[in-house]
Amino acid sequence: MSEGLLDETQVIPPAELEEVDLYHAHSFWTKYVFSQDAKIIAIQYSGTAITIGLVGLVLSWLMRLQLGFPDTFSFIDADTYYQHVTMHGMIMVIYLLTALFLGGFGNYLIPLMVGARDMVFPYMNMLSYWVYLLAVLILTASFFVPGGPTGAGWTLYPPQAILEGTPGVEWGIILMLVSLVVFIIGFTMGGLNYVVTVLQSRSRGMTLMRMPLTVWGIFTATILALLAFPALFVAGVMMLLDRLIGTSFFMPEIIQGGELLSTTNGSPLLFQHLFWFFGHPEVYIVALPAFGVVSDIISVHARKNIFGYRMMVWAIVAIGGLSFVVWAHHMYVSGMNPYFGFFFATTTLIIAVPTALKMYNWVLTLWKGNIQLTIPMLFCVAFILTFLNGGITGLFLGNVAVDIPLSDTLFVVAHFHMVMGIAPVLVIFAAVYHWFPKMSGRMLNEGWGQFHFWITFIGSYLIYFPMHYLGFVGVPRRYFEIGETSFIPPSATTLNEFITIVVLIVGVAQIVFIINIIASIWTGKPAGDNPWNATTLEWQTATTPPGHGNFGDELPVTYRWAYAYSVPGVEDDFVPQNLAPGDVKRSDGGQ
Amino acid sequence: MLIAIVLVIIAIGSVVFHIWSPWWFTPLASNWGSLDNAIVITFWITGVVYVALILFMAYCLYKYRYKKERRADYEPENSKLEWTLSILTALGVVGLLTPGLIAWADFVTVPKNAIEVEVLGKQWDWSYRLPGKDGKLGKSSVALINDDNPFGIDPKDPNGKDDVLIESDDLHLQLDQPVKMLLRSQDVLHDFYVPQFRAKMDLVPGMITFFWMTPTRAGTFDVLCAELCGVGHHAMRGTVIVDAKGAYDKWLSGQETFAALYPNTAKVKQAAKDAPASAPVRQASQDKPILTASESTQSLRVQ
Repeated sequence: MSEGLLDETQVIPPAELEEVDLYHAHSFWTKYVFSQDAKIIAIQYSGTAITIGLVGLVLSWLMRLQLGFPDTFSFIDADTYYQHVTMHGMIMVIYLLTALFLGGFGNYLIPLMVGARDMVFPYMNMLSYWVYLLAVLILTASFFVPGGPTGAGWTLYPPQAILEGTPGVEWGIILMLVSLVVFIIGFTMGGLNYVVTVLQSRSRGMTLMRMPLTVWGIFTATILALLAFPALFVAGVMMLLDRLIGTSFFMPEIIQGGELLSTTNGSPLLFQHLFWFFGHPEVYIVALPAFGVVSDIISVHARKNIFGYRMMVWAIVAIGGLSFVVWAHHMYVSGMNPYFGFFFATTTLIIAVPTALKMYNWVLTLWKGNIQLTIPMLFCVAFILTFLNGGITGLFLGNVAVDIPLSDTLFVVAHFHMVMGIAPVLVIFAAVYHWFPKMSGRMLNEGWGQFHFWITFIGSYLIYFPMHYLGFVGVPRRYFEIGETSFIPPSATTLNEFITIVVLIVGVAQIVFIINIIASIWTGKPAGDNPWNATTLEWQTATTPPGHGNFGDELPVTYRWAYAYSVPGVEDDFVPQNLAPGDVKRSDGGQ
Repeated sequence: MLIAIVLVIIAIGSVVFHIWSPWWFTPLASNWGSLDNAIVITFWITGVVYVALILFMAYCLYKYRYKKERRADYEPENSKLEWTLSILTALGVVGLLTPGLIAWADFVTVPKNAIEVEVLGKQWDWSYRLPGKDGKLGKSSVALINDDNPFGIDPKDPNGKDDVLIESDDLHLQLDQPVKMLLRSQDVLHDFYVPQFRAKMDLVPGMITFFWMTPTRAGTFDVLCAELCGVGHHAMRGTVIVDAKGAYDKWLSGQETFAALYPNTAKVKQAAKDAPASAPVRQASQDKPILTASESTQSLRVQ
């Protein structure tokens, strides 16, 4: 069976179609600005996502300053605090993580890894980025309008999101909803591209079961996104109508300020169902690409094949499918019919099985490997630990009876930051250190990388591990200040101060990372074509960085799976996917 | 090498922190010990997996660290091992789910002897309504809420006349008496949250939600709002006082009914005995016309 994965004898059929000529840019503008090259678009997506992500990072500092040292900073009041919370959450989840994994890594890696010259619809791909940029600009504009951005929490629950008493009800919420709608339009253009490219444009011999797991992760996540985002889209449009023309999709009869509003018979719970029908798959839209990337990076740097490739593929697909039937585990205390709890707790805990299997297989890939502790590998190890931690606390919150006491406390905040904040971000770091040499032709600085890694890893753990325990005490989330509360001991305040200080230290380390990237573009050590001795096609390009069209005159032909590391009887400890069987140097003399 | 040591320190440190940290659940004050037990079981099962996996990973990173002359093992897959691990995980999941769902079955089954207590939330305070001698709460509607009817009780429903209204932030509950907490909001989402009771639930405008519990420890407990409800969210506080029967009855006898507090609204011909005990923080304005339910439903309706 294991031989089947490395089956080099499989006949690679001749190309059925002639190569289509690529669009060739002629001016600076069409080459680097309104570019249709997926690699340029990827860098545009990444640059924009990281820029807005830095705004999200600064917002988290402001938030932590208030929580650690209440009554200290005159520029933070309840209004601005809730605005920071809201914008931080939305920016990080949608505009940073989703955009960076799919628009950034998806664009860069899919064509290169499947052996395609570009995405199948380059023009639409370009449009996708510009629409995304528009969404980011609309979002950013909300900081500058009267009333400021919305402070409704990133979940934007109505009725509160569109009523007095919530900051940003004048303009902020409108811009937020419009921005989301625009984002989804832009994402759909890109998303269709990623899916069709994977299905349609793989190089000869690149069967689905020979694709690197990175591609499997991004591919599956994109399908999830194409199915999940429409729920957010309609929820956003309906709330806009409620806010702008007075419909009552989500608005029941309400008395506010002694006045009976004109709304009637709408359902606040309907919004929550729509939001989480999107919101839960969203977790996996971020996580699945991260799973894929981690699998590939671990395999390369442990010089060992990913353990259980086929199980890993099916686990990605199973997790993707199951992620659509667990959404209401975010709503155990929402007031929905409590009998739903039985169903959603069961489905949620079932998802733990394929997820745990992936965890085991990553660790089993390290087992009997020949592990190079490079920066990307260190970040992957940190990912495994933080994702394990966040996955385990997910078992608390997914299990309905266990969730009830913990829901809406800092335990939840600690859980989701560990599992879909820290863990995916660590993967992004791993991926940047791993693929930057291909994107720029230069290595990132190792010493700064070590500094960045240790501060980020240990700092994140110190921030979020103890935070769970504040949740056990019962400290609620989204509190501007705890004030006088009899059950919260003074030691909780000390812990909050500690967390805030660590947050600021970790924050500074991220600036070092950004400087490392910018400086290394010019001063980094030259990387060569394949600095990690990796097997996948993106490392086999004729030039580094790869030129327009990715590969040279001939598209690569794929002869084997992506994980031919340390194959017995072969001289090198890796065999590129496109190396013809006859060219493999054998150390055992024979074939 | 360093990373392996750090992983071991994290694994051991986390366990030490868990045992020695001063932060843990507040002492239980309700019947929901089963929720605490489910959490403790979850801790044991997942905690063992957590520590074991980290230590195994640390071992691998140390033992199989890069050596130029060594080659990694080549084993693409091992179905037997993968299936064994999957089945063990599935068993672990069953171990987590079983106590959870058993507790949940209890949670969704309200005992017959539970008395109803209504919590009404608004930005940003709490008020409460108890059934009168008839043991039944009168029908109510948000559309009927005004200065002279702060709970929106339907005057046509005779069950509502003797409802006890508590327009202050202090609710008393009787020790060992199961209560079904009926939750209403007149504006946005709120969540009635007393950490010592463990149970909590959102208040959702437009519907009545509930949970049940039995207070098992006398004392005074903070009520917090646990669902973001605007800029005053963190300040939406109240107090629950759990009394033994005698003290509870004494407190209850001092509370006023709907008919007594708002005779004109309740259309009971008797003079008001007292002015309302304490005015709500945000009084409805006096000059608003009173809308009836039928009038309000004539406004824009979608769906």
